Amino acid sequence: MRKNSLLTKKRVYLILGIMLLGYILLSVAPAFAQDATDAEYRPFPLIGSRNAAWIAAQLHLLFGSFILGVPMFAVIIEFIGWKTKEERYDRMAKEFIKLCMGAFSTTALLGGVLVFVLLWCYPKVMSKLSGIFGPTMIFYVILFFGETFTLYLYSYGWDKMQGRFKGWHLFLGVLLNVWGTAIMFVSNTWLTYQTSPGTQLRKLTEKTKEAWIESSIAQNPELTRSEVMADVTDHTVIPLHNETTGEFLGTVWEAVNNFTWMPVNIHRLIGNIAFGGSIVAAYAAFRFLVAKSKEDKAHYDWMGYNGNFIALCGLIPLPFAGYWLGREIYMFNNTMGINMMGALFSWLFILQAVMIGVLFIGANYYLWSGMGRIDGGKVYARYRPYMIAVIVICVGIWMTPRTLSKISTASELSAMGGGNHPHIGLFGLMTAKNTAVNIIILTTFLSFLFYRRSGKAPTVSWKGIGNIIISVIFFLGVVSIVVIGIVGFTVDTDIRVNILTPWQVVIALTVMFAVTVLDIFMYRKASTSGTIRWGQISERSQYVLILLAITFTSLMGLMGYARSGLREGWHIFGVMKDTSADAFTPSLSSAVNTVSVIMVIFFALVGFIFWLGLWGEKKKENAVQLEAEVATESDD
Amino acid sequence: MKRISLFTICFIIFIGSWVFLQFVIGGVISKPIPNSVIGMYMALVLVAILVHVSVEDSRFLEFLRPIHETLVDDKYRVRRLVLVIAIPVLLTGFTYTNLAQKTPPPGDPRDAHPTPPLELKYKDEVIETMQKAQNPYRHYEKDDPEAFKSHVENGRRVYYDNCFYCHGDHLDGQGHFAHGLQPLPANFQDPGIIPNFQESFFFWRISKGGPGLPASGTPWNSAMPVWEDHLTQEEIWDVILFLSDYTGYKYRTFGEGH
Repeated sequence: MRKNSLLTKKRVYLILGIMLLGYILLSVAPAFAQDATDAEYRPFPLIGSRNAAWIAAQLHLLFGSFILGVPMFAVIIEFIGWKTKEERYDRMAKEFIKLCMGAFSTTALLGGVLVFVLLWCYPKVMSKLSGIFGPTMIFYVILFFGETFTLYLYSYGWDKMQGRFKGWHLFLGVLLNVWGTAIMFVSNTWLTYQTSPGTQLRKLTEKTKEAWIESSIAQNPELTRSEVMADVTDHTVIPLHNETTGEFLGTVWEAVNNFTWMPVNIHRLIGNIAFGGSIVAAYAAFRFLVAKSKEDKAHYDWMGYNGNFIALCGLIPLPFAGYWLGREIYMFNNTMGINMMGALFSWLFILQAVMIGVLFIGANYYLWSGMGRIDGGKVYARYRPYMIAVIVICVGIWMTPRTLSKISTASELSAMGGGNHPHIGLFGLMTAKNTAVNIIILTTFLSFLFYRRSGKAPTVSWKGIGNIIISVIFFLGVVSIVVIGIVGFTVDTDIRVNILTPWQVVIALTVMFAVTVLDIFMYRKASTSGTIRWGQISERSQYVLILLAITFTSLMGLMGYARSGLREGWHIFGVMKDTSADAFTPSLSSAVNTVSVIMVIFFALVGFIFWLGLWGEKKKENAVQLEAEVATESDD
Repeated sequence: MKRISLFTICFIIFIGSWVFLQFVIGGVISKPIPNSVIGMYMALVLVAILVHVSVEDSRFLEFLRPIHETLVDDKYRVRRLVLVIAIPVLLTGFTYTNLAQKTPPPGDPRDAHPTPPLELKYKDEVIETMQKAQNPYRHYEKDDPEAFKSHVENGRRVYYDNCFYCHGDHLDGQGHFAHGLQPLPANFQDPGIIPNFQESFFFWRISKGGPGLPASGTPWNSAMPVWEDHLTQEEIWDVILFLSDYTGYKYRTFGEGH
């Protein structure tokens, strides 16, 4: 009876499934009936071309970021395990690579989907891009093969290449990272070129320089050669296209070495580490929450801690890299810069501040929770309320909008005397925000320092002076950053952007470096008064790790919308107009919806991959258990 | 004497923060802060409180104790009854005030700054790309201070003939007509206005006015006239020189530091 009802149910699902498939086929049929010969654009069924390309690209990028970020720290952890001879490091690195293997094929699959979507929906754009970047595409394929085989060797050879082959195995790990980084650098050329198809005069070959001068004269025959070059310096941005015909004038390398290429490379490289760390931390948190044995809880607690530590290492320099990218966008084209920070995309940066605030507050929360499982860690709890206050005030400054007109009523605007509040409005300027970010970073570093010191007592004779020096370094660093921030309100923007802000960054980095060096020497032979009780951390802290991974993912999606959307109605900014029905720039709310959908799909896929890993593990465990039972029975 | 519970302390901090933002900063020290911004800051205060109380298990239990007691202990029956009535009433009031039709008009939906075009034009004549366009009289500042002074003086005349009605005697956006306008005219004394934009941006805003604002970031609501219909190119560049000279702020430049 039960079997029959199950069969009936299955049949109903089958019929519903076929009906759904039929419906989809019918609805998409008209789109495929389009002329497929010389079309500039072909509509993607149901969701439209832009959404199809957006979803495929973002998912590909999220998986790509994961598989490029994880091997970077996996190989370092493996090296630590090899040198310290602690097997747990090797186990963790292997587990990271196992996660990578699952995600690798999905990344390739999504890359394929993206290429098909682009070729189908945007043939003219793809033809233009492949015309310029053809050689890099061949190079990309070679790199991809290199990475695939190295990853297989690295992963499947893990157990075989222990002992005297470990050095070679580590070499494979390094090689894997070289391939991965090169792949990312190559693919970044295509998309950065679309945003900034120009480079500085000093980076041009003589041939391109000549071609540009000739095209300028052809465009305006009244100009002489010396007039064209009148205000041009080595740093002037030169377009790589004839401004009338759109014909490409440069070399492949000039197109590759465009204005935003290197800032995007560095930003993504660091971002991959942070993202990879946060995803493995979330994986560890999930495994911690479902773990039944104390050993598993301890292992996954430790893994989560390491994942969060790696994410923090990436997160701390990330705002600096982002600032550099933003600055280069302004340098390439001021209109684009204003659009980004002051106009159409400015509210996105308020959202960004909120989300990065969540990341820093969450990462600190996790560190403070972790101190609870270290004997002697509570010594530092008395500083916590002040650190929370500092971080929250700085996040408040960072997320304060410059212009409040969109979120105020008319009477509130009149009471304020305009869209900018006379005092709170100052927080909206970059000098205030940069100061706040640097202070947040230093406070987070202090949390980490306290964590490191928990349960340890220095034995060196100069510990008192050492602590005084560290306090003075922190004090002077913070005071200098704040003073520079205040001075930033009074100087020319050029000086603030090119001198003061970089100095704030240098001071923050110097403080962290100097304090780390001193602390390492102070605690080198420290007596340990307490052990870390791995596995005894609150479940709340594990949910925070999952929240961090979700926040990282949303942040990447939203900032991807900014990077790509900045071109507005252009496929290649200033060169190739987008004349499709999707040429409009989606509103922020629409972008948030799309990114949310992408995030749900991403976590569903990641969850599935992790579940597959868990499933395989369970099967293996059951088989081992069965074998043991059989062996015991035959012994009897 | 009975010790104040952690929950009460947190509650006092929360209410105290609101009073500080609403009445001290937004009243005594400075001008009122919009409710949306206060809401944003209060959310942060709440996060800070929750982080502080929940990091340690023992502290979290201490924080939750009065809530738990109120919910289950018969000793607190009256308090429970009051809360059971008060919370839905407050939520109803909150929902009503948020959804009810409002009489005051909303704020200005425009972006902070409009996106300039790629090319700078005067009427239909292309001057230069927005990136490269420079004030043709700026170089007099170094080369010929007397000529520079006369251009600034001309800019002053143009300003007080045409602009001060809205932008004010002191360039602070508080002109005679300002109170009848929404959004209020630009305040050039604000440190975020002149230093963030090139002179070409100002030339574009002055010459094209409200009707020349871009399609993106709409709806616009600017009363700025199209000054290219009334002023020459030289007059516009001169008034730009005057704005900087009067306020002491320098326009955004992209120097050789790069």
